[in-house]
Amino acid sequence: MITKETLDSYWRENKTFMYFILLIWALVSYGAALVASSLNSIVIFGFPFGYYMGSQGAITVFVILNLIYSLKMNQLDKKYGVEEE
Amino acid sequence: MANDAMKAWTQKLKKIYGIYTGVFFLIIIVLWIAENMGLPHKYIGYAFLFGTIGVYAAIGIISRTSVVAEYYVAGRKVPAVFNGMATASDWMSAASFIGMAGVLYLQGYDGLAFIMGWTGGYVLLAVLVAPYLRKFGQYTIPDFLEERYGGKLPRVMGIISALIVSFAYLVAQVTGVGIITSRFIGIPFETGVFLGLVGILVCSFLGGMRAITWTQVAQYIILIIAYLIPVTAISIKHTGIPLPQIMYGQAIQVIETKQKELINDEKEKEVREIWKKRAEDLNAKIKGLPDSWHKGKAELEEKLKNLPPDDPERAKVEKELKGYPKNPDDAKEKWTAAMRDAQAQSRPPKSYVAPPTDTKGIVNFLALTLCLMIGTAGLPHILMRFYTTPTVHEARTSAAWALFFIFLLYFSAPAYAAFARSEVLTNLVGQAFTGLPVWVTKWAGVGLVSIRDMNGDGIIQFSEIIIRADAVVLATPEIAGLPYVIAGLVAAGGLAAALSTADGLLITMSNAISHDLYYKIINPNLSPSTRVKIGKALLLVIAAIGAYVASFKLAIIVELVAWAFSLAAATFFPAVVLGIWDKRMNRAGAVAGMLVGLLITVFYLLGSRFYGLDWFGIRTIASGIFGIPANFIVALIVSRLTAPPAQRLQDFVDNLRYPKGAIKAGEAE
Repeated sequence: MITKETLDSYWRENKTFMYFILLIWALVSYGAALVASSLNSIVIFGFPFGYYMGSQGAITVFVILNLIYSLKMNQLDKKYGVEEE
Repeated sequence: MANDAMKAWTQKLKKIYGIYTGVFFLIIIVLWIAENMGLPHKYIGYAFLFGTIGVYAAIGIISRTSVVAEYYVAGRKVPAVFNGMATASDWMSAASFIGMAGVLYLQGYDGLAFIMGWTGGYVLLAVLVAPYLRKFGQYTIPDFLEERYGGKLPRVMGIISALIVSFAYLVAQVTGVGIITSRFIGIPFETGVFLGLVGILVCSFLGGMRAITWTQVAQYIILIIAYLIPVTAISIKHTGIPLPQIMYGQAIQVIETKQKELINDEKEKEVREIWKKRAEDLNAKIKGLPDSWHKGKAELEEKLKNLPPDDPERAKVEKELKGYPKNPDDAKEKWTAAMRDAQAQSRPPKSYVAPPTDTKGIVNFLALTLCLMIGTAGLPHILMRFYTTPTVHEARTSAAWALFFIFLLYFSAPAYAAFARSEVLTNLVGQAFTGLPVWVTKWAGVGLVSIRDMNGDGIIQFSEIIIRADAVVLATPEIAGLPYVIAGLVAAGGLAAALSTADGLLITMSNAISHDLYYKIINPNLSPSTRVKIGKALLLVIAAIGAYVASFKLAIIVELVAWAFSLAAATFFPAVVLGIWDKRMNRAGAVAGMLVGLLITVFYLLGSRFYGLDWFGIRTIASGIFGIPANFIVALIVSRLTAPPAQRLQDFVDNLRYPKGAIKAGEAE
């Protein structure tokens, strides 16, 4: 049986991690869109950086975020002993 | 399923789909050889149409089932990678496959709202929703709403929202199937719809979610191959390197340089003036309705009467008369569309990469992105897919895989758009009208490209070219000089995208009625086999209604997909997320929130589209931006003003939050 304390700290850690992921999620999409004009003055390999963030940058970060989330949550489950049998 | 059995099962699946992919490539090569030996294009088109639909039907027959858990959630044994692929093709509709690159071509930076919006939602899904839904482990989203909040009312709200959202989306997919088959294979729209539906129904009717899942995996493989080959070929044509996703930076540079030259080009200015004049004329005609309609018609008839019977002009006037708007309402719609085109053509090209700079533009861009993201994480046919994985951990992994498989296509879409634009600017603009490339004449024939020598100088100006969004992906095989077999492949890919989404939507609606409404509310004593039978019968009924509505070919249908996102975002997303993350949320709060979210969104959708309603300049497509916060705020306030949920419901939430152990039912039945 899992104690309430274990569950509470598991949930707290999960929540902190959720905020962290969503913060990056918002920064690379909405944040980058708001400053896209200035980012466009940086041109890498033909790509104005502001445009690049919208077309490929943000979605690449999204994929990485989901990957990290999945791996990290698996560890968290084990740490608190709440993983599936 | 035990770990070892699961591994063996995954290995087996990998082998099957590996062979399938190999055979598919082989067929493409065989058809290509046949094309070189003189097989008419028509038969290549048939081969792709009947071949792919035949494969989907065969998978349906192999996976046929009447077992409840198999029918509703594919036995909960879909490994993460395959659920990811199935989710990706469930998710990517004809709009992603054919429309999105075109929107990027036309709108430049503004179009990126679709790229970010349609992928960012998967982060929300993975982090906020998917693992918890899997832990809950029932069959539908209304199931979750009832268990979490208690009582039938949340379930009923869920059923209503699921039906509205999914039906709008379904009609758009059925229309997409008809357009693709009629355009490529040359069969009538209605026949195409019929054939497509047969493919969908054989699959879902026989095997429910199980057959749909395995078909969607097969459809994903076809659509991703079909998407990547043409864009890789055009990258080779323009840059010599087969990596379009990296090389289109060069195309962007070409676009920016060329467009700057065009801004002050004298000939371009001349053409823009003609468009400006035309827009003003049309505007005057629209203002003068209905008199202007009668007048225009009378003039044409008069002209025809005065022409001698053998005058070659006659045919032209007759054609014009035939295409004349049928009534003043029709005229208003047609002339407004023509005026918008003319206005767009009369403006000098704006930078392809610059974000909007005015407040209205920025606000709309951000609002649309948010609506698409939250809508993605709230669409019932996507949420439902996370019930099919074996474990909570696999549900998280599967959300990551789904995004990765979607990413493969979205990462390449901007390259399609940039190469097409660069092609138009370098190889079309400045050429003589006498030597139009084949792709232009072909797609002009079906109205996707329109090009006319407005100023009569015999040279193509940029402002003389109108390209519709769908043309970009469809014409790329010809622009890149690929054989017809690749054009047929693209059609098969578009068809796979539309059919896979239609499959998922159909079963969502059928389940909402058979499982959620009939079994759970009206007659809980149904035997499992009767439940599945009713579900199957409903599939037929809903498909027929969808096809009937699609047969009217209403112009509004393209917009309906975007509406579905706003509606899903403003109804399901808050109710599901608060149900997991806010233990204090109760029935009154969730129901009130969903109701307010739904009403406000529908009000703004209809108001702004048809009656000129305008709040803060938000466009119809981003209507959800009012309903989403309204739902959250109303839900939070109402829940705090009413009694907290019963202890057993709070325990249920606790139980949802960690993967270990079985879920305890919240609502005693």
